[in-house]
Amino acid sequence: MALLEVTNLGISFGGLQAVSGFRLSVDSGHLYGLIGPNGAGKTTAFNMLTGMYEPDEGKIILDGVDITGKSPEFISKAGIARTFQNIRLFKRMSVLDNVKVGMHNKVPYGMWHGVLRDGVFRAKEKEMDQRAMNLLEVFGIADKAGHVASQLPYGEQRKLEICRALASEPKLLLLDEPAAGMNPNETIELRETVRKVRDDFGIAILLIEHDMKFVMGICEEITVLEYGKIIAHGDPETVSNDPRVIAAYLGGDDD
Amino acid sequence: MGELLKVENLNVYYGSIHAIKDLSLTVNEGEIVTMIGANGAGKTTTMHAISGLLKPRSGSITYDGHLISRMDAYKIVTLGLAQCPEGRRVFSGLTVHENLELGAYSRKDSKAAVEDDFNMVFELLPRLKERRNQLAGTLSGGEQQMLAMGRALMSKPRMLLLDEPSMGLSPLLVKEIFRTIKRVNENGVTVLLVEQNAKMALNIANRGYVIETGSITMEGKASDLADDPKVKQAYLGGAA
Amino acid sequence: MAKTGNIIRKKSTKTYVFSYALIVGFWAVVQIMGHMGLLSSKMLGLLIPICAYAIMAVSLNLVVGFLGELSLGHAAFMLSGATAGVVFYNGAGLNMPQVPRVIITLIIGAAAAGLFGVIVGVPVLRFSGDYLAIVTLAFCQILKNVLSTTYLGVDSKGVHLALEQSSFRLEPGAKPLIKGAQPISGINKISPDMMISFTVGIVLLLLTVTFVLNLMNSRAGRAITAIRDDEIAAKSIGINLTRYKLMAFISSAVFAGLAGVIYVLNLSTLDFKKYDYNLSINVLVMVVLGGMGNVPGSIIAAALLTLLPELLRDFSQYRMFIYSIVLIVIMLFNQAPVFVQLRQRLAAKLRGNRQMPEETVETADAGYFEAKKSGKEEE
Repeated sequence: MALLEVTNLGISFGGLQAVSGFRLSVDSGHLYGLIGPNGAGKTTAFNMLTGMYEPDEGKIILDGVDITGKSPEFISKAGIARTFQNIRLFKRMSVLDNVKVGMHNKVPYGMWHGVLRDGVFRAKEKEMDQRAMNLLEVFGIADKAGHVASQLPYGEQRKLEICRALASEPKLLLLDEPAAGMNPNETIELRETVRKVRDDFGIAILLIEHDMKFVMGICEEITVLEYGKIIAHGDPETVSNDPRVIAAYLGGDDD
Repeated sequence: MGELLKVENLNVYYGSIHAIKDLSLTVNEGEIVTMIGANGAGKTTTMHAISGLLKPRSGSITYDGHLISRMDAYKIVTLGLAQCPEGRRVFSGLTVHENLELGAYSRKDSKAAVEDDFNMVFELLPRLKERRNQLAGTLSGGEQQMLAMGRALMSKPRMLLLDEPSMGLSPLLVKEIFRTIKRVNENGVTVLLVEQNAKMALNIANRGYVIETGSITMEGKASDLADDPKVKQAYLGGAA
Repeated sequence: MAKTGNIIRKKSTKTYVFSYALIVGFWAVVQIMGHMGLLSSKMLGLLIPICAYAIMAVSLNLVVGFLGELSLGHAAFMLSGATAGVVFYNGAGLNMPQVPRVIITLIIGAAAAGLFGVIVGVPVLRFSGDYLAIVTLAFCQILKNVLSTTYLGVDSKGVHLALEQSSFRLEPGAKPLIKGAQPISGINKISPDMMISFTVGIVLLLLTVTFVLNLMNSRAGRAITAIRDDEIAAKSIGINLTRYKLMAFISSAVFAGLAGVIYVLNLSTLDFKKYDYNLSINVLVMVVLGGMGNVPGSIIAAALLTLLPELLRDFSQYRMFIYSIVLIVIMLFNQAPVFVQLRQRLAAKLRGNRQMPEETVETADAGYFEAKKSGKEEE
């Protein structure tokens, strides 16, 4: 059975059907793309998968657990982590602390251990520091651990956001437009990073992206949304040659 | 074609960080000029300095004979230099029409002239006409981007600063937005464009500047830059 | 790798050392001056209020600075702690030896304030921003007014509680503990020796500072600051928002309760009317002046703003005028971009230009503008 199984998912806002009949099946270790025109409902789908919105209908099963309409807290613990289209870092916290917050439910200890600074506190903090530094190392930003997150240049903020998501040791990572605002070379670098994350951490990745070079170069399977409905599905080759996708999304090949 | 905008030896600091170092560039009347470079190179900072959102430590910015480097942002707009900020900052609680009206806020000419410009903007950006009574917040990302541009055009600028107009747009809309920029330019508006999508930007621009860690490292005709192996390697994804 | 971890730790160690040095230094200076007879009785009378306001400011900083929520009801927690404490102190505790009597009074005051924190916090923390400010302010006024119409006393038949004077009857000889709007008076001081009372205040301040700093440098504290910086991201990471908001809110209330107890034991009277939004706002001014999330800053601001009106007493009618001017000047120095840049440049010079500035104001840091490359959420 697939890691993530979504069937017939739908939601409407004030009478407007934002997403309907959305289905998705992501195997573990897979790189999966979700594309479509602006306003097609891709981020809405992400918001339902992460518990930010409660779907009106449909089911979301993660690794055998029904997470439909559950709280973000529950879903995070169940194993889904995400990044945001408009980077949402904890801006005034240090880079290291951003990653440590990501481990909130992975390396837990009670408030009083922290207040009393006992052995539990010291051991857990040490463990977190080590794990966080290792993660930052993977993304090449370990030397910035002490910086305030908002001081990082844009590209590194994107990386840090992925680091923070990975800190919760998810089974499935959702990336919302990870390449937005990056130039072609940075995008290529990001592509390698994403692939590395999948390989090193052995997790499934579902991503929304407009940069077709990026999507086509990395995703094994793609679903295309338009007006909240799936209009195409398949491997990159099939999808990019689909006339409906070209008409609605890619546009003619005139450049 | 005279010089419309001239930036000379610009220096901008953030605290002790020297963000822009002795940067100089010129934009001639009627041109599309693009600035390309990596994230954090200082493109947006330069734009903010030109539009008056940031005060430079030293250097001068002259626009149409006025020294604008120490001028307040709203005064710069009244000189005909409009900015279309990145991130689609539209007034989401207002309709498309009201957003456009606000764009004409700084103008002192007649209602009829403003009405003419409504028509001009709707002609350039027909999608906005279809949606003129819709709240801006309910527009899709691409439409908001167009609205931001339309609003800037309503101030009847001689020059338009565009910061990453293609960001977060689908491939289809990216093409449309670049076509629109070209059309706006053909209507007589000078454009300074910052873009990550260097290929498309160089495609429509007359000239370009490459900016690296706060300084200009290369400049020239857009077509020459697009053919330059170093530019290809660094900004056009030439390696892939 | 160990190095970068150390930089962060060094920074928090600096805060600890500075805070403790500040408090202990203050205590030592007062002890020395006291023994040399250099402190006027007016000054002696301000020692406990300084401690109490410092505790108030540090604890409010937990909510305003670290959690990022605006509360205008901090006086209510101080009042609830003070009232509950005094009821015990003058009631059941009246004939106890002084040491356990004070300790139990403190515990009861803290517990009562904490309980009131729960009662207010659970419904109120659904709101945020301006709404939270207004609702907490309302609770503050409600508590003050309810206590002003409360009558409480104990006689041989047991406890009597009434909300009207007419239905409140005590046996002759029994002393009422709360007499409606009348201030409660005749509260014994912690100790006849002001230096001992002051030491108790300093110990409580140390306790507060240790709690707040330790909490903020632990998992729970990170969750609290994460909520402040971005609620949506915090949610997506699996942080239970309600739990950590309540944690900050209730802890803050508990320490305000402690502050209330030492404050009234020092003053010997408890006048409910004094604990209104004015007091809440004064404490808020201390927090803002000292810096959001800056613990030693809160302490300094509290001491300064408690001393200032007294120091300016000679200027009689110009007192509040000068006080306001000083407030504005300090605020400008802390926040105005010109001063901030000046400070950053100075700091950079001192550090020999090698490092990025540690302090950066949001409108003037490189990451900020470049990081603004954020489209709006798609839908």
